[in-house]
Amino acid sequence: MALLEVEQLKVHFPIRGGLFGRKAEPVKAVDGVRFTIEEGQTYGLVGESGSGKTTTGRAIIGLNPITSGDVLFQGRSLKRIVRGSNQSFRRDIQMIFQDPYSSLNPKKRVIDIVAEPLRNFERMSGQEEKRAVQELLEKVGLSPDSIHKYPHEFSGGQRQRIGIARAIALKPKLIIADEPVSALDLSVQAQVLNFMRDIQKELNLAYLLISHDLGIIRHMCDYIGIMYKGRHVEQGTTSDIFGNPQHIYTKRLLSAIPDMDPNNREKQLQLRAAVNLEYKEAYNRFFDEQGLAYPLKPLSETHYAAMPERG
Amino acid sequence: MDELLQIEHLTTSFKISDDYYAAVDDVSLTVRKNEIVAIVGESGSGKSALAFSIMGLHNRASITGTIRFNGQNLVGLPPSKMNSLRGKEIGMIFQDPLSALNPLMIVGAQIEEALILHQPSLSKKERKHRVIELLTQVGIPSPDLVYENYPHELSGGMRQRVVIAIAVANQPKLLIADEPTTALDVTIQLQILDLIRKLKNDIEAGIILITHDLGVVAEMADRVAVMYAGQIVEMADIYTLLSNPKHPYTRSLLQSVTSTAEPKSTLYTIQGIVPSLKNLPRQGCRFAPRIPWISESAHEEQPEMHEAAPGHYVRCSCYNHFYFPDKEDSNVWRF
Amino acid sequence: MWKIVARRITIMIPQILLLSIFVFLLAKAMPGDALSGLIDPNIDPKAIAEKRIQLGLNKPWYEQYWDWITSALQGDLGQSFRFKMPVTELVGERMANTFWLSLATLVFTYLIAIPLGIISGRYNDTLADRMITGYTYIGFAAPLFIFALVMLWVFGFHFGWFPTGGSVEPGSTPGTAAYIASKLYHLLLPALSMALITTVTTVQMLRNEIIDTKFKDFIVTARAKGASESRIYNRHVLRNSLLPIAAFFGYELTGLIGGTVFIESIFSYPGMGQLFLSSISLRDFSVVTALVLLYGVASILGSLLSDLILGIVDPRIRIK
Repeated sequence: MALLEVEQLKVHFPIRGGLFGRKAEPVKAVDGVRFTIEEGQTYGLVGESGSGKTTTGRAIIGLNPITSGDVLFQGRSLKRIVRGSNQSFRRDIQMIFQDPYSSLNPKKRVIDIVAEPLRNFERMSGQEEKRAVQELLEKVGLSPDSIHKYPHEFSGGQRQRIGIARAIALKPKLIIADEPVSALDLSVQAQVLNFMRDIQKELNLAYLLISHDLGIIRHMCDYIGIMYKGRHVEQGTTSDIFGNPQHIYTKRLLSAIPDMDPNNREKQLQLRAAVNLEYKEAYNRFFDEQGLAYPLKPLSETHYAAMPERG
Repeated sequence: MDELLQIEHLTTSFKISDDYYAAVDDVSLTVRKNEIVAIVGESGSGKSALAFSIMGLHNRASITGTIRFNGQNLVGLPPSKMNSLRGKEIGMIFQDPLSALNPLMIVGAQIEEALILHQPSLSKKERKHRVIELLTQVGIPSPDLVYENYPHELSGGMRQRVVIAIAVANQPKLLIADEPTTALDVTIQLQILDLIRKLKNDIEAGIILITHDLGVVAEMADRVAVMYAGQIVEMADIYTLLSNPKHPYTRSLLQSVTSTAEPKSTLYTIQGIVPSLKNLPRQGCRFAPRIPWISESAHEEQPEMHEAAPGHYVRCSCYNHFYFPDKEDSNVWRF
Repeated sequence: MWKIVARRITIMIPQILLLSIFVFLLAKAMPGDALSGLIDPNIDPKAIAEKRIQLGLNKPWYEQYWDWITSALQGDLGQSFRFKMPVTELVGERMANTFWLSLATLVFTYLIAIPLGIISGRYNDTLADRMITGYTYIGFAAPLFIFALVMLWVFGFHFGWFPTGGSVEPGSTPGTAAYIASKLYHLLLPALSMALITTVTTVQMLRNEIIDTKFKDFIVTARAKGASESRIYNRHVLRNSLLPIAAFFGYELTGLIGGTVFIESIFSYPGMGQLFLSSISLRDFSVVTALVLLYGVASILGSLLSDLILGIVDPRIRIK
């Protein structure tokens, strides 16, 4: 059994309009997404702004209402869990946010920030709690003496570590990381990514990594899903996607990754021109009248793509 | 004489509680006609402060050194003279196209303003005609409609095209692009970079491209200056810099790029953090605290730029002694 | 645009309806009724009871409300027992005076606020800014009625520069130039007294808006275009900073209502506010109810006006 199964997830946001607030056509932020994440693995959700990748992550953790479909965590539906009744899944799924500056309450000390999930789920004495927080800080590479500091006393990378310390406080099984390093400098990015991989091994964590940065996705992920306008256009292992992309959108996205070798400029120029041409020519075959992708079709055991009906 | 911009020993300091701190420290840099010079650095490296110094956009800063643009020193130039250069001879592209545009003015009027200021002889009709022309040039479909649009009605990529249209409205000789694609999606980033390249060829401008993204640098730059803590630590043409980096900071930075690293491998990380403006060491090699395994004697007391090879400059002699502590041979950057 | 106006007005109707019910019930809840003031206490209680039935005062409240609201819609708000004249007539006369007073106050408010706000915002943290900010703090701290009393005493009684009561010189003929001049002369001191206090909110708001705007990125863009400082302020900073001020206009009107009540009483200026206070103290309920209803409607209209102005001037909210 997979750790997390997302089944035909739809998140639609109603728009109010008209004279008496009649409901207009809703915004289909997520429109029928399915994927699974196994224990200890990293699933990367890639897409451009408006693709619905963030909404998907937020829906899984319950920050966005699910319109239809279901999310199963260890076989149990998260949809049916009523707020307050059975919260055990809430300790097993945690989230790391994009902006380490706004995601930590500036008025709280580190100990209060990191201990917050502990206070919600565990009964600990003040001493135990303090020890637990110190251990967590050590684990994320921060000095245990800093428990009484405030977030503004830390650099961006350190703050992101505090966010991670909070996320792993309850030893979750799944962490949803929404652009965890995009606000950080390159050298700090590397620190946080390495660290995320280290604790993954240590705690057998699974990640749902949401990012627009294909370099990071390739570096971190076992499985990748490419999203476009609320739907998956392609899904597969990292080598499926990077080695053998099938959907024109995936190809276009991959071709846009900057090439680190300046000797390839001419080659890249031609490659991109060819990909763009293919994209334009094949657009009507690969997308329906509304510009949406078709359902995924299996290409191999692991590789799925939203290929057109014929061809 | 193709030298368009010659910056020599530029220092830009800000006053923080009665003391001056140099955000840009002793920077010398040359930009030639029809050339893209990339300035790479992390936040706090002073790269944006450098751009603002060239544009004269700092309000309360003390600037020393010279910035020669077509032979004329911009440092200490009276505001009226500076205004006649800004937007005409030197254009600037900003990072966040939404906040860079006035939310209450239609796009057309914002581009027109650049024409009103520097080509006052144009009639109203000619101006509008030129704006439509510019919108077409930056690749905006149906420019007649976009002319009447407000910024919020456009997508991020379209807005950045408008910002670029403003910057090139008067065919500047120098274009400063400050993180022009950071706020954009990858496919849009590619389009904007293509556009900048195309415009460079159209108007034969020199371009200063400020970015933190080494991928963008590799795709765009002719020459690169790497900045760390307010100083240029290494400068070379793009091929040399990527294939034969010398300065410990450049080498470390290139080691931590995800897109070239082996998937799932441990990325190289630089110890410590970028020092803040107030905590800059005033003497010695500013990168020394982050490579503590290199002995102090390897650093210079007042690090100078050394010409390691023709056109390849490196600051501080420590580069001769640098090695990665836990890697066998990371010296060579492999494509 | 018209759709939005229509929508806002349809929302307004139930608001006003609720307000009128509330006002009516409040009036009912007060001790006594129209008869207790009108009738000689020596009259036989039976006759009073009959009179009540005749007037419909024993009907359930909603029927009474219906009678009241239907006649109100036809312009009949009842009789003032003190002035022995229809409320509509009485209020109408006062309304014109209050309107002129409010208008003059608004003009003064903006005449003071805009230059002060601009100086304060553009040259923030200079001596001029500190003095202006100091004035606004005094304005915030000083209660309007005390300040108005001081103004009245100093300029009305001590120096005798301004009249101390009324809205016009008694005996002047309406329509003549002297009449209009006298009207204006009577307006001046109360309007200025009120404006000097109420303007501080606007000064502060404009100052903050300007400081906020001048550090925005698009101002840097304008500088990078080569625009001069004066052009930057005139074309970009001011325009964008005045927008919230314009949108606040409607609420400013609402604020005036409270102000005029005090000012008119202090300067014995025959407007709605003065009538309101005197009617309360004399328990002239039909007048009080009518005025509360009018004030309520004015407030609702004020906020509508604000929304509409914002919709017109801000393209981000503007509806095609």
